[in-house]
Amino acid sequence: MLLEIKNLHVSVGGTEIIKGLNLAINAGEVHAIMGPNGSGKSTLAQTLAGRADFTVTGGAIIYKGENLLEMEADERARAGLFLGFQYPVEIPGVSNVYLLKAALNARRKASGQPEIDSVEFMRFVREKAALMELDQKFLARGVNEGFSGGEKKRNEIFQMAVLEPDFAVLDETDSGLDIDALKVVANGVNKQRDGKRSFLLITHYQRLLGYIQPDHVHVLAGGQIVRSGDKSLALELEEHGYDDILATAKA
Amino acid sequence: MASKQTDVKDLVDRKYRHGFITDIDADTVPPGLDESVIRLISGKKREPRFMLDWRLKAFEHWLTMREPNWAKLKLEPIDYQSISYYSAPKRPTDGPKSLDEVDPKLLETYDKLGIPLHERARLAGVAVDAVFDSVSVTTTFKEKLADAGVIFCSFSEAVLEHPELVERYLGTVVPQRDNYFAALNSAVFSDGSFVYVPKGVRCPMELSTYFRINAANTGQFERTLVIADEGSHVSYLEGCTAPQRDENQLHAAVVELIAEKDAEIKYSTVQNWYPGDEEGRGGIYNFVTKRGDCRGDRSKISWTQVEAGSAITWKYPSCVLRGNDSVGEFYSVAVTNNHQQADTGTKMVHIGKNTKSTIISKGISAGRAQNAYRGLVKIFPTADNSRNYTQCDSLLMGNQCGAHTFPYMEIKNPNAIVEHEATTSKISEDQLFYCLQRGLTEEDAVNMIVNGFCKEVFRELPMEFAVEAQNLMNVSLEGAVG
Repeated sequence: MLLEIKNLHVSVGGTEIIKGLNLAINAGEVHAIMGPNGSGKSTLAQTLAGRADFTVTGGAIIYKGENLLEMEADERARAGLFLGFQYPVEIPGVSNVYLLKAALNARRKASGQPEIDSVEFMRFVREKAALMELDQKFLARGVNEGFSGGEKKRNEIFQMAVLEPDFAVLDETDSGLDIDALKVVANGVNKQRDGKRSFLLITHYQRLLGYIQPDHVHVLAGGQIVRSGDKSLALELEEHGYDDILATAKA
Repeated sequence: MASKQTDVKDLVDRKYRHGFITDIDADTVPPGLDESVIRLISGKKREPRFMLDWRLKAFEHWLTMREPNWAKLKLEPIDYQSISYYSAPKRPTDGPKSLDEVDPKLLETYDKLGIPLHERARLAGVAVDAVFDSVSVTTTFKEKLADAGVIFCSFSEAVLEHPELVERYLGTVVPQRDNYFAALNSAVFSDGSFVYVPKGVRCPMELSTYFRINAANTGQFERTLVIADEGSHVSYLEGCTAPQRDENQLHAAVVELIAEKDAEIKYSTVQNWYPGDEEGRGGIYNFVTKRGDCRGDRSKISWTQVEAGSAITWKYPSCVLRGNDSVGEFYSVAVTNNHQQADTGTKMVHIGKNTKSTIISKGISAGRAQNAYRGLVKIFPTADNSRNYTQCDSLLMGNQCGAHTFPYMEIKNPNAIVEHEATTSKISEDQLFYCLQRGLTEEDAVNMIVNGFCKEVFRELPMEFAVEAQNLMNVSLEGAVG
């Protein structure tokens, strides 16, 4: 098992948002978490990534056999956990490639590999940019500086491709994308499915799941997973809306 | 990171790498300042009469002046009678004829500072004048520069070898009476660098002066004069360090630049004087007057400064845009940590027609530091179609520091276009978290964000020094996460 979340409780600013969540993800699996606004989806994503102002008040998260909650955010990243942000920030003056090279080398160093040299690195990122259908000009631009919403999301998927994580959490990567951008993003994720890498897709809408076929779909409501199923659950949601599902779950 | 932000105070831990003292026999005059000290300094340098008279005139005027107090600085009173105004490493004869005669301890000092003076280890493509306390130790690549007609030597040497140039240009940009510290400098200045680039010559290499304060209780008062004759081009860089001491030391320099018709001067500074300790004890008072005169048409002067050291930095490298179509630029990064204070900026004085100036200032404050940008854009009635663009950005780290902006504008010509933009920001938790999530340590993340913030200025530095400046920033902000 790659990740196991047991009875997780998380508070933000004194309010409990996640209230006893359980989830298990095996290597190579794609899980989707769906849920209405305010159900705790983004809180879960940021908690997994180690955001310090989110307080875990109970439960456990085991990642690769280790206690994830004891690791700092940067240690988690170096251990192969990647978060595709819902709102990627701009870092003016720091080029995309500069950040990526530092990030990649931090990861390599942590796993005892030598640092990648600049020539090899540039070849590698160009390859990945082509794969993600990302214009080469984005490489030299400041991180997300002046990017459109869609460009920012594509940049997240591109960064994921370069960093080659073992476990990627994509937090509403599909929101705010037009259909073409959505296809590009989905295509990027699909190309990185290799039977070993695991994904947790957090989404509000079913439409992303038309392009990425998940192995498991979970419905998050009120800080708990109220239903789990296969990809047909997403279609059911699309048809009946959250209200029906939640009503059935409660009954 | 909320939990970490509260620990900024504990995390601030500056490491100053150049704080060592060179144990060397020095010829130091006793503390105190009167006419006899000035005669003594001038005598030691065997200066011609005009130079002594010039100094005495400055001193006479200084006695009538009062220390200015308008800057936003908290400053201990300076006792000008407790400072020694001249200190030079002892040497057997008149001065070393070659490096073999230079005290090995001095060579070792510069090696340790990363400025090797030996021919074999020299920085490629950079000529260095090494100034130690009150005197110049040596100047490298002199012959090669002489072949191109460029004069690059210590100021003392210029007074003896090229008195006509010194007499003609000295004090024509910063007059003796300009201000309190400039007057003091004019009276007691000891050494510094002199550059003359003749008509039409593009200086074949970067010129650089490395200033080192070593002796205790001394002041350093260097004087630099750079003259770019018609159609010439020169790029000059100065670096500065000093030992770690508990008392404050005064550094009051004057730099004058003169660009004749179609000439261009690029002047860069990487200032890393000892900043004082975490409690604000010790450190250099860096009170400097720097001014460039774009005397000829189409001339250009560009200042780039990275101010990382000093307990107090108080200076405004300025441009007088006298020639028509002349251009002035000022690119500055001032970083203050712990109890450091900086009140720095520029003056752009537009006199000629179609003159242009650009000001890019980046202030970074951490710890309990105070950082002020103070700038003047002055457009004379004669300066038709002149333009200025000013951008001042401040970055705050933690919540005990301050950033201040004082932009002054005096516009006397209706055709002028003057723009001013200013921002103040903090390194956001979101930016920090984003970098951490990509696997960077907190320290690396902060350095990356700060370097990104300074990029517009760093890219103006000569390539050899851009990396040094970046590393310097990382050291200066060590531990200052917030």
